[in-house]
Amino acid sequence: MELHSGSLDTKEIFGRWLDEQAKSNYGAYIPFVGTIRAEDGIEALSFDIYEPILQKWFDEWQERAKVLGAVVKMAHSVGDVPVHTSSYVSAVFSPRRRVALELIDEFVEDFKANAPIWKYDVKNGERIYAEDRSTPMDGAGLLK
Amino acid sequence: MIKVEFLGPIGKTPMEIEATTLADVAVKLKEEQELGAWLDKCAVALNDTMVNDLTTVLKDGDKISILPPVCGG
Repeated sequence: MELHSGSLDTKEIFGRWLDEQAKSNYGAYIPFVGTIRAEDGIEALSFDIYEPILQKWFDEWQERAKVLGAVVKMAHSVGDVPVHTSSYVSAVFSPRRRVALELIDEFVEDFKANAPIWKYDVKNGERIYAEDRSTPMDGAGLLK
Repeated sequence: MIKVEFLGPIGKTPMEIEATTLADVAVKLKEEQELGAWLDKCAVALNDTMVNDLTTVLKDGDKISILPPVCGG
């Protein structure tokens, strides 16, 4: 798992991951890129991350992938990421395509629901919490 | 003492409280007016592990994290 300040250099990251696994004999490599869309007058999105829990979440996914003979990868931005650039990339390597296709789906969806990352719209230089697009994590409301 | 930290957009200064279970933490946090809009949608971690049981026993020096709704990507 990698955290980068600002926009991700997607080509560098995907190229490096591909090089790392060049001789691993995986038959499938499925990358996913999340790009910031220009909408609602935003200049950028901005992200806060709580790394200790994100690392644990990712390590659990790495274990799930390992059981299937696969590897999951991810990189995310911290701080401001301008529109039309990327804040999130992930990928799955696996011996066969079916495992990789299913795993990238589950991995990205669980990422959206349970990775401890908070998103803000940046408008006129101001950071506004994207509350309406955010999802309570599993177990939310315990202390209510 | 138990340290309670508030992550992401909550923007509240960390607190130190006396508590022996998570249920005690709930009672203390409900007294904080500025948390009124947050508690029903926040998840909880104890020493960086997610927890889901109010009877969880706490010990001196434990760290509780309050995690508001997330949106990565």
